[in-house]
Amino acid sequence: MSLIEVSELRRTFTVRRRVDGARRKQRTEVEAVRDLTFAIDAGEMVGYIGPNGAGKSTTVKMLTGILVPTSGRISVAGVDPSRHRTALARRIGVVFGQRTSLWWDLPLHDSFDLLHKIYRTDPARHRTNLAEFVELLDLGDLLDTPVRQLSLGQRMRGDIVAALLHDPEILYLDEPTIGLDVVSKGRLREFLRALNRDRGTTLMLTTHDLQDIEALCDRVIVIDHGTQVYDGTLAGLHEQGGSRRTVVVDLVDEAPPIEVAGAVTRRVEGPRQWLSFPADASAAPIVAALATSYDVADLSIQEPDIEEVIRQLYSRPPSEPSGRPSG
Amino acid sequence: MPLHVAVATRAFKRYSTYVGATLAGIFTNCVFGVILCFVYLEVWGANPDAGGYDASDAVTYVWLGQAMIMTVAVWGGGSPDDLAERIRSGDVVIDLYRPVGILGWYLSADLGRAAYHLLTRGLAPTVVGGLLFDLRYPADPLTWLVLLAAVPVAVTVSFGLRMLASLTAFWLLDDVGPRMLLGFAALFFSGLTVPLVILPGGLRELAMALPWATFLQVPADIWLGKRTGLEVVEGLAFMGGWAVVLLAACAWVLHRAERRVVVQGG
Repeated sequence: MSLIEVSELRRTFTVRRRVDGARRKQRTEVEAVRDLTFAIDAGEMVGYIGPNGAGKSTTVKMLTGILVPTSGRISVAGVDPSRHRTALARRIGVVFGQRTSLWWDLPLHDSFDLLHKIYRTDPARHRTNLAEFVELLDLGDLLDTPVRQLSLGQRMRGDIVAALLHDPEILYLDEPTIGLDVVSKGRLREFLRALNRDRGTTLMLTTHDLQDIEALCDRVIVIDHGTQVYDGTLAGLHEQGGSRRTVVVDLVDEAPPIEVAGAVTRRVEGPRQWLSFPADASAAPIVAALATSYDVADLSIQEPDIEEVIRQLYSRPPSEPSGRPSG
Repeated sequence: MPLHVAVATRAFKRYSTYVGATLAGIFTNCVFGVILCFVYLEVWGANPDAGGYDASDAVTYVWLGQAMIMTVAVWGGGSPDDLAERIRSGDVVIDLYRPVGILGWYLSADLGRAAYHLLTRGLAPTVVGGLLFDLRYPADPLTWLVLLAAVPVAVTVSFGLRMLASLTAFWLLDDVGPRMLLGFAALFFSGLTVPLVILPGGLRELAMALPWATFLQVPADIWLGKRTGLEVVEGLAFMGGWAVVLLAACAWVLHRAERRVVVQGG
């Protein structure tokens, strides 16, 4: 039995809308999530991605027991989350990138202390965890600082410690790197990888940042409009979506469109040209070919973004099988 | 339990950082107390035993009222307002996924706030009133103990009412309407403007049975010695009864909200 099992999960919301000057508002049913089926094993790191409004947060809310499914079945760590929310809460951690579970007016240390009392963690265990996480996330100098005075990156690190102090088996991260600079993102990913490796914590993260997924997740579940559209590896997603990376080349002088094996020139603007190539191909031979045949002043490589990949996924015929069977 | 003590302590500390607001509030309470005292003295001058109170009782009642305004949060405020805000912003998800009950958490916070307001906005105006007017004080130490127990019960009743108003935010998103309604009811039925004992017959009976009577009238009657012996026990039972009923109502509404309602935001 998997740690997280979801089958035929559906959640609808009733929305009242005024239609064309009608005096009464009409009730319409909106399906936020429909027929979602997947299973996640202990120790996996799974990226849960999709555009805004796809139903990601709704799913996470149902997995934590905050929201009751309209129909379908969920089992997390052997229990039904909405029925055993409180018991389950001790076994999971949640980080909401855009909200904080810390107290604005309290120093970090006092927030952690309050959380210790909430979860009633064994005092010795709490101390070791706190010492270890504070060390790893470099929060030592900030423990006496009130949360409202922390930068976004510092606060996020604080929130991650807060979610982990009670030794959760599962950690849900909702946009954990949103708004962070490159260095902070890198550090956070490094920490999460170590957490999964050393403690075996199961990670499920929703994100807009494909690089989060690349750095952390062997497996990606994509949903859009409440439906699962892909479940498999990231490489498989790129392949199936036919997603492409782009080399942006700045030549020393203006030139006709570049011709290089393995890439197609998509755009030319003065000395700058855009070449696209399949995301799973290596950029090295293309860059090497460019350097030998052209006077290159500068170049950079752009990754496809999630919206782009998902759009590509849709432009394919719908009959295409997904990377791995669901459930 | 240690958690709830910690939550209450934190609320106490949080309010204690606003020293300026506290001092301004104490000043306002004193000014209103003095004005009300002169009005009451006129009334009791014309009708010396209105509601079974004499002039000294009436003046004491004024200062007890000033002490209770912020302590019991007659006009609203306190932790239920924080919750309403968190429901609006969607931050309530953080509260919901924790392994502790929302009601106990917010009640503890409100009791911590009330303790702070009792020691500042409650005590200071009473001392000032005592210097300016001839007030009555309970002689029996047991009465002091009873009153000390009655205050948190009154706060809990008020908390229950404020919480019910705040919880409507789960459905209405904006709890201004229910809160205003509650404010109007409190204005009249708390006995803060006019002691409930001087209301005419039927209206008095009604007012004395409503939860707002626990804010001021029942504790004041214990303080003034209008309730003695078994009547004190009855008074406490009345307050405790409302506290239990309202907390149960809050728990029921909260349960429905959790099962039925959309939590705002992603």
